[in-house]
Amino acid sequence: MNPANSNQSGVGLVVRGLRKKFGGQDVLKGVSFEVKPGEIFVIMGPSGSGKSVLLKHLIGLEDADEGEILINGEKIGSPEIAAKYRMALVFQSGALLNSLTVGENVGLYLTEHKLKSPEEIEKIVLEKLEDVGLKDAVNKMPSELSGGMKKRAAIARALVIEPQLILYDEPTSELDPLSAVVIGDEILELNRRTHVTSLVVSHDRDLAFGVADRIAVIVDGVIVTIGTPDEVKKFNDPVVKKFLHADFKREK
Amino acid sequence: MFENIGEMVLLFWRTLLALPHAWRQRQKVFEQFFEIGNASLLMVCVLSFFIGAVIALQTGPVLVERSLSSAVGGVVGIAIAKELAPVLMAILIAGRIGSAMAAEIGSMRVYQEIDALRTMNINPIHYLVLPRLLAIAVALPMLVISSILVGWFGGAVVADTNSHMDIPFRAFYSDLQNIVVLQDVGNGVFKSFCFALIIGVVSCHQGLTTIGGPRGIGRSVTKAVVNSIVCIVIFDYVLTRFLLK
Repeated sequence: MNPANSNQSGVGLVVRGLRKKFGGQDVLKGVSFEVKPGEIFVIMGPSGSGKSVLLKHLIGLEDADEGEILINGEKIGSPEIAAKYRMALVFQSGALLNSLTVGENVGLYLTEHKLKSPEEIEKIVLEKLEDVGLKDAVNKMPSELSGGMKKRAAIARALVIEPQLILYDEPTSELDPLSAVVIGDEILELNRRTHVTSLVVSHDRDLAFGVADRIAVIVDGVIVTIGTPDEVKKFNDPVVKKFLHADFKREK
Repeated sequence: MFENIGEMVLLFWRTLLALPHAWRQRQKVFEQFFEIGNASLLMVCVLSFFIGAVIALQTGPVLVERSLSSAVGGVVGIAIAKELAPVLMAILIAGRIGSAMAAEIGSMRVYQEIDALRTMNINPIHYLVLPRLLAIAVALPMLVISSILVGWFGGAVVADTNSHMDIPFRAFYSDLQNIVVLQDVGNGVFKSFCFALIIGVVSCHQGLTTIGGPRGIGRSVTKAVVNSIVCIVIFDYVLTRFLLK
């Protein structure tokens, strides 16, 4: 997350044999996958399968018991590597700071690191909020925003970092279908415009098959398949099939 | 509480190491300082006036009865400056400000706002703990100085108006001046500075280690206040022993 690094193209990500236990319970059981630079990679799986824990490892909020994470071939963990590559995480809840306005939230990274003058920060904040259709909400408090608006504000906050790798944690959870489509479009548009590598963790099948270049399905801390959306749809595994085709069965 | 002492010492040490960033966080320090002062000054004054008044009321008639009326000002002055103002104000601030610190940081922790800061490479100690600790370390001693002055005034008013004492205002202050020295006030203010650090560290630590939802925040707030008060009382004894030498 080096502010001086102006390289905006996406980075490659390799995860090898990642294991994590919480209180004796295996949450990640040797997760391995690779994300190519500029790719939109979606990790799908049922609730409690370890998706969010995996994301926390990628952004450095958790330390793995075993395994390694490489960005552009360099092992993350050291401050030098963390400073070399810019990464951003869009939290499931948005995680906007409730005591700050939307504008202050979006500009927080630049303000705290004193990267620009206040006038420049204001201009960038408005620009990023306009990108996600929230220009009018700049002076609003997070509590005044809807769930979808909070997530879009969180995306704007991530964009300010000019990330090379952007991680989305359940970006469409708790959203109505229209808002979910807006968020999906934002992910696609951002990827097209900046070629940022995007890793989306979601159990939303529509989002996953709508935006993904490739999809990995994780069940009980293990990746059971990786492939293009078509390949995953055709994958012949009862657990994956059940997850992908789960539906109500109401008697007529 | 005692199992977390190591973590609290570490948090305090990390906050000390963050001191070079204090100027950068000055805006937040001023905000916190205003918050602490604004929220507590009136309460401190009311409380201190009546503490001074009640000490004079409790000790004055007994001393006057034994022809020691010249000691009333000194007793009230010493009791307030060295003990009552620093300890009671610290307990008041632990309840009002320590609880608010633990609740605010705790809810930020529960709702992933602190994780969000870390993903932006913003150190939560620089952003959250340092401004609060600096603000309380300055504000509490200042509140204690106010408390001492108002407490003396409360004692003087009661000594002057109570028919069992009938010590004139001027005589009360003159007696007080004869017994209380600047070092007594200094000791009280120094104690309050130490108590401020205790409240700040204990409350911020509770906030940062909050787990669970709203119930977890409530638990942290209670622990922050209770642990702060326990630490204040223990350190009060230790500091008094040290300062008596």
